[in-house]
Amino acid sequence: MAAETVSAVETAARAASVREEFPILAIEAHGRRLAYLDNAATTQKPREVIDAIAGYYTTSNANVHRGVHLLSERATAAFEGARDDVAAYFGAAHRHEIIFTRNATEGINLVAQSWGGRHLTAGDEVLISAMEHHSNIVPWQLACERTGAVLKVVPIDDRGALDMEAFGRLLSPRTKIVAMTQLSNALGTVTPMAEIIRAAHAAGAVVLVDGAQAAYHLPVNMQALGADFYVATGHKLYGPTGIGVLYGREALLDAMPPYQGGGDMIASVTFEKSTWNTLPYKFEAGTPHIEGAVGLGAATRFIRRVGFDWIAAHEADLLAYATAAIAAVPDVRLVGTAPVKASIVSFVMEGVHPHDIGTVVDRMGVAIRTGHHCAQPVMARFGVPATARASLAMYNTRDDIDQLVDALHEVRRVFA
Amino acid sequence: MSDQLQELYQEVILDHNRRPRNFRLIAGGVTQEGYNPLCGDRVLVSMNIEDGIVRDVAFEGQGCAIAKASASLMTEALKGLTVAEAQERFAQFQSMVTSAHDEPPADLGKLSVLAGVREFPTRVKCASLAWHAAKAVLDGAPAAPVSTE
Ligand SMILES: Cc1ncc(COP(=O)(O)O)c(C=O)c1O
Repeated sequence: MAAETVSAVETAARAASVREEFPILAIEAHGRRLAYLDNAATTQKPREVIDAIAGYYTTSNANVHRGVHLLSERATAAFEGARDDVAAYFGAAHRHEIIFTRNATEGINLVAQSWGGRHLTAGDEVLISAMEHHSNIVPWQLACERTGAVLKVVPIDDRGALDMEAFGRLLSPRTKIVAMTQLSNALGTVTPMAEIIRAAHAAGAVVLVDGAQAAYHLPVNMQALGADFYVATGHKLYGPTGIGVLYGREALLDAMPPYQGGGDMIASVTFEKSTWNTLPYKFEAGTPHIEGAVGLGAATRFIRRVGFDWIAAHEADLLAYATAAIAAVPDVRLVGTAPVKASIVSFVMEGVHPHDIGTVVDRMGVAIRTGHHCAQPVMARFGVPATARASLAMYNTRDDIDQLVDALHEVRRVFA
Repeated sequence: MSDQLQELYQEVILDHNRRPRNFRLIAGGVTQEGYNPLCGDRVLVSMNIEDGIVRDVAFEGQGCAIAKASASLMTEALKGLTVAEAQERFAQFQSMVTSAHDEPPADLGKLSVLAGVREFPTRVKCASLAWHAAKAVLDGAPAAPVSTE
């Protein structure tokens, strides 16, 4: 007990100092201290990331892979250096297995169109879960429409945990790809991804992991996980918007046709026929989001410096604290109580619509998300039109949670 | 509570949220759905128009306090008006909830309690939802669900 208390105090002190690395967290919101608890939507950026982007524009800006001049060399080095950072962050076997995209959504669309177009045929099955973000539903619906494949959905139980028995039943020789989230943005459920991947591989299916939420809360290593495809999005990884990552195993990416055509992705072009560039450039048509990649590279270095040992312990402690504190507010009901969770507390309050909760707590300096969280099937599963959602990041502290809970009491007073 | 919040969630609004008036559908009336998919607000506005006069207005649905109170107040405000008067009231209401902060809001009687949403740009769509559904019926063009997002 004593040891636990000491470590809790140390963790809190560290969180307070981490918070100081994020300049925006010092601003006031409606005259109050800002408690930013909308991290699942997007995270704030540390000074290092902001400086890396500004530094790129003040010392290195040029187009990449083209010029022979000094700045073009610098820009190319910065851009490709960022790819090395990201490859190291995800434990990719090769740097060319990292494709820069606009966001997680584009990564999923790339795989659904390019891999799906080549490998899916009528009667094949695509297996997703009932807690996917719309980004991991709609691209597969489109792919199924084009190919005649069938979309199958693994149900979740009343706590929001994946029904693994149903998963086992739905997995069959017809299953060509399993596309699933590692951490649900609406419920906070962590799925047993290593087990899912083992079972899928045994059934002959490939696996795409939607790591948009997981990648900044859990240490993810492609070798340990065994994923075939993994998508993440820069703006949740403490990096900039407009840049995302698709990891794909070399053999799979090599065998896939290009997603978009244009500059950078070709080896040669004649009017009769063009040939494709090697990986990763085959999938990166046009001038890329260079400063986005630079910012993301800096963000992954920042996260590794802070370290997942501490991040995971701190966020787990804070999640337990937040869950208990929010659940203790009268008339509040949690939505999503799976046994293995990370970073997210979704809830509803009897008699008060989530939007009204959001507006009242906002005026008290607390930023949370209210709505369906781009997961309408999850809302339907739990019979609610929307929820309020507090989501954590490494810089949150118990003060943020206390401020939210105070604000929730105010909501009750207003709507009593 | 901040002044702006107090202005937004006035007692009248809270009361209409708790006990919405004319919360029903009109048998034989014309019904129009209003739906804001992003926030999940959904209303059904039901109207009975005879001889160019709004004889009855009612609504059902689920939504935030602002959407519900606005719909409830609207049913009271439109009942008995001619179609032209009701359309005019819609225009006045729209201009009240979207007018600039520094202008005094138009005096719309009881509806003026909703002027506070001007200070909350993201909530204007909630206040307007039922009104747009009603407008579609008044214009004689009920159709696919209307949205204010
Ligand atoms: C689980 C999950 N998947 C995918 C996405 C899509 O991310 P992006 O909009 O950056 O492509 C999100 C973002 O909200 C998410 O939470």
